[in-house]
Amino acid sequence: MAEARFKGTDDYIASPDLQAAVNVAVALERPLLVRGEPGTGKTLLAEAVAEALGMPLITWPVKSTTRAQDGLYVYDTVQRLYDSQFGEGDPADVAKYIRLGQLGESFAAPERVVLVIDEVDKADLEFPNDLLWELDRMSFQIPETGATVSAVQRPVVIITSNAEKELPDAFLRRCVFHYIAFPDHAQMERIVRVHHPGLDERLIQAAMEGFYLLREMDGLQKRPSTSELVDWVQALAVAGVDPAKIVDELPFMGVVLKKQADLDIARRHMSIRARRAAMQEGRG
Amino acid sequence: MFEGLFTALRDEGVPVALDEWLMLHDALDRDLHQSTLSGFYLTARSLLVKDESNYDGFDIAFARYFGGIEPATDAVDDRVWKWLHENPKMLQLTDEQRARLDEMRNDMDLSELLEKLQEKLDKQQEEHHGGSEHIGTGGTSAFGHSGYHPGGIRIGGEGRWKSAIQTAGDRQWRDLRTDTEIGVRDFGVALRRLRHLSTRLDGPATEFDIDDTIKQTAAHAGQLRLSFRRPRRNTVRVLLMLDIGGSMDDHILLLDRLFTAVHQAGHFRDLKVRFFHNCVYDRVYLTPDMQPSRSESTLHLLAQTDPDYKLVMVGDACMAPTELLAPGGAIDYQYMNEEPGAEWLQRVEEHFSHATWLNPHPKKWWESIHGAYTLSIVRRIFPMFELSVNGLDQAVQYLMVRR
Repeated sequence: MAEARFKGTDDYIASPDLQAAVNVAVALERPLLVRGEPGTGKTLLAEAVAEALGMPLITWPVKSTTRAQDGLYVYDTVQRLYDSQFGEGDPADVAKYIRLGQLGESFAAPERVVLVIDEVDKADLEFPNDLLWELDRMSFQIPETGATVSAVQRPVVIITSNAEKELPDAFLRRCVFHYIAFPDHAQMERIVRVHHPGLDERLIQAAMEGFYLLREMDGLQKRPSTSELVDWVQALAVAGVDPAKIVDELPFMGVVLKKQADLDIARRHMSIRARRAAMQEGRG
Repeated sequence: MFEGLFTALRDEGVPVALDEWLMLHDALDRDLHQSTLSGFYLTARSLLVKDESNYDGFDIAFARYFGGIEPATDAVDDRVWKWLHENPKMLQLTDEQRARLDEMRNDMDLSELLEKLQEKLDKQQEEHHGGSEHIGTGGTSAFGHSGYHPGGIRIGGEGRWKSAIQTAGDRQWRDLRTDTEIGVRDFGVALRRLRHLSTRLDGPATEFDIDDTIKQTAAHAGQLRLSFRRPRRNTVRVLLMLDIGGSMDDHILLLDRLFTAVHQAGHFRDLKVRFFHNCVYDRVYLTPDMQPSRSESTLHLLAQTDPDYKLVMVGDACMAPTELLAPGGAIDYQYMNEEPGAEWLQRVEEHFSHATWLNPHPKKWWESIHGAYTLSIVRRIFPMFELSVNGLDQAVQYLMVRR
């Protein structure tokens, strides 16, 4: 087996934990399950892995109506019926009406490919379970033709999830798991600086503090992410807000929190904080 | 190799299965960790942990196995547990003695009691049983277990006299999901009515409509016209919240049946199950063993759960009044709830357009039972039904009708 190790690409910086997880999954030929908040680069990871290992990429985007069967093959019965009625084509040849899905294609490909099953948690609860056998054996049968599709080279399977639904245990046990953490302060600061070079140092620091304060608030429906912070810094800079007031007043909160319910929760948290601060002062 | 790590992980509540463990050995054979400890750490974590909420438990187990480092302990630490677990003593009281104790019961309020416990934890150096002052077993002190003290804090052991205001730590509760047959079917039949079929307005038409196909094909002089329709699906989503532990121990069998029936029903569009201890506060548990590491914030749960979920609470609603009405009243010691339990119940109820409470105590006892006071308060917040086939039937009707 070619021992190509994944180390990230020029555009995609992979942390050591992520590199280890990818390499373990590739070597053990197990699916890699990647979880993380929206906007942490889960789908980009698959592209980066394909690029770094020099393999073609096959994407299977999962929707709420996607069934496991769709990824294996589709038997176009309707086309066959039409053909038989109008005497076109050769309806006797069933194989002509079998089209492989993304999983089937990745098995049939002559070279090793990267298959990304994107947002697996969007589908029905049973979806992951329906794929267990195929992912384990890397082969399946087509009863209509009696043919068996087996992986020529076991593909590198990367599965992404937003953790909208819990995945079944049996499925999880077969995967290598990695959680892409939200960027930490230092990383985030680098991102902000790239977007807004030459800003007041105090403004950046205060905005960062305020942003993480908002992000950590309990009960938010949509926790703000990188792009919201970048927009917020822009808004604060343009309006010329005094950096000393940012953390206490959190101006332009609507730029960071997009839902009315989240704004209400933030206000509630702020009033609790103000009350505590007042109590502390009273005691001191 | 490294079996100690395996047990350490299981001790920390990280669910590691044998096949995952074998996968790790496979990886080690291939030197995927490149023979370094940090490589081993990352390899092991990616193979053994499947949920980021268990990363912390993994770190603790790993540190303990390789470094012999004990993580910072909580106030009720092993030393205290040792006193309580070794040589526990049961208290034998005559009625006369008990009456005297009831009389001299100290009316410390909750915060005093907690302060006192902290004080004793700081001071007490050895085990102590049968006394009236220290943390121990079989005595009349306010702290410990198997003793008698009206309004004390139970630490471990079983609730013998049903008067402990708070218990701390260590509750092993068996997983509820066993397949008991008797009564399950009856519950299942009642649950079947918890169904609301979609109006076929949304979603793709994927169901083959044979009648319409024949009609259309005939209308087109035998030229095949296929017809599809949207499948009808149950759109009901359910959030089931179960009270676990303490006074609910008496109702295990009943809960077993309900739980099994709900799982067998399997026709809900989504089913979430959460656990709580007597009352809901800031956090709810994901598993019945109620480990803090497997819990989530109640506000987060509400934010992630659409108000059209049908909320079914199951509990006896019998508790000490402080648990429902006082900040800091949660039964778990060291758990500081800033808002009283009743406020949390109210908040949860208001979030959902359909909510109901099932009580395992028969309705005719509700007025007179030990804990009737809190039960009556909970009843004002939630429409309450008894957990029987009839009661469930009524609850289901209530959930389906109210708009």
